[in-house]
Amino acid sequence: MKCGIVVFPGSNCDHDCDHILKKILNQETHWLWHKDEVDLSSFDLIVLPGGFSYGDYLRAGAISRFSPVMNSVIRFAENGGKVLGICNGFQILLESGLLPGALMQNHTRKFICKNVYVRVETTDTPFTQKCNDKPVLEIPIAHHQGSYYIDPHSLNDLEEKGQILFRYCDAKGDISESSNPNGSVGSVAGLCNEQKNVMGMMPHPERCADPLWYNTDGQRIFQSLISQS
Amino acid sequence: MQNEPEITSQLVKDHGLTSDEYRCILDLIGRPPNFTELGIFSVMWSEHCSYKSSRPFLKKLPTEGPRVLQGPGENAGVIDIGDGLAVVFKIESHNHPSFIEPRQGAATGVGGIMRDVFTMGARPIALMDSLRFGELDDPRTRFLLNGVVDGIASYGNCTGVPTVGGEVYFDSCYNGNILVNAFCLGLAKSDRIFLAKAGGVGNRILYVGSKTGRDGIHGASLLASSEFDDTTEDKRPTVQVGDPFTEKLLIEACLEIMEFSWVVGVQDMGAAGLTSSSFEMAHRSHAGVNMDLSKVPLREVGMTPYEIMLSESQERMLFVIEPGHEEEATAILEKWGLDAAIIGEVTDELGVRIQFEGKEVVNLPTLPVVDGALDLKRETQRPEYLDKIGHLNLTELPEPARGDKAFTKLLACPNIASKEWVYEQYDHMVRLNTLVLPGSDAAVIRIKDTKKAVALSVDCNSRFCYLDPYEGAAIAVAESSRNVVCSGATPIGLTNCLNFGNPEKPEIMWQFEQAVRGMGDACLYFDIPVVSGNVSLYNETKGQAIFPTPTVAVVGLIEDQSKVMTSGFKQSGHCIGLIGFTMEELGGSEYLKVLFDRNEGKPPVLDRKHEKQVQAFCLDLIQKGLIQSAHDCSEGGLAIAVAESCFTATEEALGATLELESTLRGDALLFGETQSRIIISFPEELTDQIEDLALSYPLDFSLLGKTGGSQFTVSINGQEYIKQDIESAKQIWKTSLGRYAGQTT
Repeated sequence: MKCGIVVFPGSNCDHDCDHILKKILNQETHWLWHKDEVDLSSFDLIVLPGGFSYGDYLRAGAISRFSPVMNSVIRFAENGGKVLGICNGFQILLESGLLPGALMQNHTRKFICKNVYVRVETTDTPFTQKCNDKPVLEIPIAHHQGSYYIDPHSLNDLEEKGQILFRYCDAKGDISESSNPNGSVGSVAGLCNEQKNVMGMMPHPERCADPLWYNTDGQRIFQSLISQS
Repeated sequence: MQNEPEITSQLVKDHGLTSDEYRCILDLIGRPPNFTELGIFSVMWSEHCSYKSSRPFLKKLPTEGPRVLQGPGENAGVIDIGDGLAVVFKIESHNHPSFIEPRQGAATGVGGIMRDVFTMGARPIALMDSLRFGELDDPRTRFLLNGVVDGIASYGNCTGVPTVGGEVYFDSCYNGNILVNAFCLGLAKSDRIFLAKAGGVGNRILYVGSKTGRDGIHGASLLASSEFDDTTEDKRPTVQVGDPFTEKLLIEACLEIMEFSWVVGVQDMGAAGLTSSSFEMAHRSHAGVNMDLSKVPLREVGMTPYEIMLSESQERMLFVIEPGHEEEATAILEKWGLDAAIIGEVTDELGVRIQFEGKEVVNLPTLPVVDGALDLKRETQRPEYLDKIGHLNLTELPEPARGDKAFTKLLACPNIASKEWVYEQYDHMVRLNTLVLPGSDAAVIRIKDTKKAVALSVDCNSRFCYLDPYEGAAIAVAESSRNVVCSGATPIGLTNCLNFGNPEKPEIMWQFEQAVRGMGDACLYFDIPVVSGNVSLYNETKGQAIFPTPTVAVVGLIEDQSKVMTSGFKQSGHCIGLIGFTMEELGGSEYLKVLFDRNEGKPPVLDRKHEKQVQAFCLDLIQKGLIQSAHDCSEGGLAIAVAESCFTATEEALGATLELESTLRGDALLFGETQSRIIISFPEELTDQIEDLALSYPLDFSLLGKTGGSQFTVSINGQEYIKQDIESAKQIWKTSLGRYAGQTT
C-alpha cells in the first residue's frame, strides 16, 4: 500500500504513523509537505496525522484547511481515494468539509491523554473490516478539542447510513456517560463520509500498533486498509 | 543614546548591583558603564546567571565518569549510551515566574529547558516536572496548581514532546514560593554534540526564531535573584510569554540545520537573552563578537539597545555559522516559517562590541562580564530550629490500636494520592517511546532502532532536607536511583535543581552547603556523575524560606527493552517480598505530618553500603527474570507501597494479605519511611531461589504475604491491623487530587 503522510509544521504524530506503517507493517510511505499542492492519484491512502498543525491557537484545524496540500487531499477524496484523519487530522477533515459536524473543547475543559475503549459500530467499511472478531478496541486518546457535535437530525442520519464507526464505551462495550471521556454527542469517537472513503477519529490507532506494547488493537484499522490495496 | 538615564547610585541599586560590585565594574573596565552596559552587568552578575553564592560549593560535586561526554558548564549534560548515541539532559527551575503567572511561568520553563537540550543537537524525547505547592487550605494553591499544570500541558503537548513523569508535593513552606522544576532529555548522535562556541574570526552570528519584544526584561536579575514581598505582583511584566508552536518549528529547523558541518556553535537565548548568549559564546571561544542590533528582528518599533539586549522573549536561538552559508541557513529557516537574520560576526578582540543605528552602544571585554562577578564567600551557620525539632520522642506519640484510619488518610493525602489528574493532562505517549507510562517508579523511554531504553525519575523529600539537609539530599539521590533501578535500569547520570531560600542568610547557606555535600558524597558513593544542574535561590517571601529542596533527576540505562520492570502486581497468588528491613523511624514521615501535623525528628538513616546492595540485588532479580514487580518504599511506608502495587496491578485492583511479625510499633512498621526497601512480587515456586540469592549478598529479605482477593489485609503478630476493601481504597487514592484541584471555593 502506498501511503502519503501529510506534514504540517506542527504535526506531532507524523513520525508515529510512519513508524507503524513503514517499520511495523512494511508499507511504502511518503511525506507530503503542507506547502505543496501535488497530484496524489498514485496513492492508496492519505493520512492526516495528529498534532497542532499551525499551532491551533484558533479552532483546531481552522487554518489547515486553507493549506495548499489540502486542495490535493480534497481532490483525492472526491475521486474516491481513502483518507484517514487521526485526532488533529479528524479536526482538519471536519473544517475542510470532508466530514460533517464539529469538534469542540472537551467537556472537562482539560487536555485528556489516556487509554479508552471504543466499540466498533460497523465492520462494513474499508477502515474497520478487520475488526470482525474484536468488537471493542482499547485505544489511547490525547486531545483538548475532541467533543464531537452534530445536530440530532444529522446524527440520526449518520447512524442510519452506517457512518458512525466508533463510539466510546467501557471494557465490556457498554456505552454510558461515564465511558464518554470528552462529552461527544452519541459518544461518537470516529465516523466516515457517505461514500465511506474518508474517515476521521479522535483516538490514536498508531499508538497501539507496535508489538513492543501489550496492546496492538490499533493495527486492525491499518490492516483493514492494507487488505484492500 | 538619547534619553538614557544618568548612572546614579540609586540606578545601580535598582539594577540589583551592590556598591562593591559597581566599584569592581569601574576597576575592570576602567570607566563608568553606560546605561546599556549597566544593564548587561546587572543580568550577567545576577545570582541567577553568575552562581556567585553557590559556585564555591558546587565544585564539590563529582562530575566525571567513563560515560560522561559533557559535564556541567554547557547548556545540558551529555552521557554516552552506546550504539553511537548519547542522552542529553538537564533540569531547571522556573519558580519565581510561575508563582506570579502560573500558566506562562510554567510553560516558558518547559520551553527553556527544551531549548537547552536541542541546542546541543539532541532531539527532545521526554519531559518531566517536579512541582511543589503550598498547603491545600491556602486558596491560592488550587489556582497555582491548575495554572501550572495547564501551562506545562499547553506547551509540552503542542511541541510533541511527551511529558512522562514527575512529582507533585504540597507543604505550607511553599505557600509564598512554589517550585516548578522542568526536566528534559534528548537523544543525539554521540559524535554530533553542539557546544556554545563561536569558533574562528569571520564566522557569522545568525539570529533565529521569534522576534524580540519587551517581555521578560530583567527576568533573571530582578525577578529570579531577590526575595518576594508585597510588590511581587508588580513584577508580572518580567514574566515571559510562551509560543509552543514556534518552539516546535525551532526544534525541527534547528535539528535540520545542525545536520550541516558549517554550523560552528549554538546557544539558546534564555535567561538574560541576547546578552548572555553573545557574551558566553564569545568567552568560551576566547573570541569576540561584533553585532548590529538594528538587524535584530523586533516585535515593536522604538525598542532601545538596553531593551533589545535584556529582553527574554522566548523561542530565540543564536547560531554561529561559517561564512558563505548564510543563504543555505536562511532557506531552511524560511521553510519552517521562522525569522532569521545575520546580526554580526566573530572577531579576535576578546570583547563584545554592539552597534545600533550606526553608533557603538556597547564595548565591553568578555571576561569581566562573564566571569567577573565576585565569588561571594557567604557565611554559613547551623540554624537554631534544628535544636527545637531535631528530636522526636516516640513514647509521647500516641499509638493507634489499628491502622485503618491512618491508611485511608494517607491514601487521600495529595502527596501520596495518584497523580493521574496531573499526568492525564499531559500527552505522555506521543512519539511512541513511552514503554512505562506515568504512575510507576520511573518512566521508561525506548530508544528506537536499538534494544535499549532509558529510565527517568525525579525526586526530593524536602521534609527530610529541612530536618537534615545533608542526609536529606543523600536520600534524594538514593531514592531517585532506587526508582530507576526498580524499573530495571542502571543509573548512569544525574542532574540537579537546588532550590533554597535567601543566600544572604547564613542559615540558608548552611542548608545549601550541607545539601550539596550530602548530594556529592552520595553521588560519589553510588558512582553517579552530576552532569548538569541549576541553582534557584531567594525562594523566600517576607522572611519565610522554603524547605531546602535539592531536587535530583537520575537517568538510568536498560540494555534490553524486554527486561523492563513495573511497580504493579501482576497476578493473584504471587508472593510479596521485602528487600531490606524496617526500623522504628517516624521522623519527617508523611504519617507524622498527616496524622499529627508535625514535622520533627531525624530523617531515616541512609546506610549507603546497604542501599547499594539492595539496588544491586533488585537489578539482579530483574535481569534474571525472577520477579514480576518492583516498587520503592517511600512516602507512607510499607503499607502504602504495597497498596500502590495493588492499585497499579491491572484495570481492577488486586488485593493483598500481609502477615507480619515484628517487635516495632505498628505505625512505624507500616507507615515509617525507612530507606533502602523495595517491595517485590514473584511466583511462589521461585521463593527458594530468591532467598538463596539474597543470602549470597548477604542481604535481608523477608516474605510479607500474598496477592489476591478483594481486600487489603495486614496482621501484625497474628492481630489484624488493617482491613480495607481494595477497590474503595483505590478510589480514594485515585480521585483525591483531582477532587481537590476541581473544587471551587
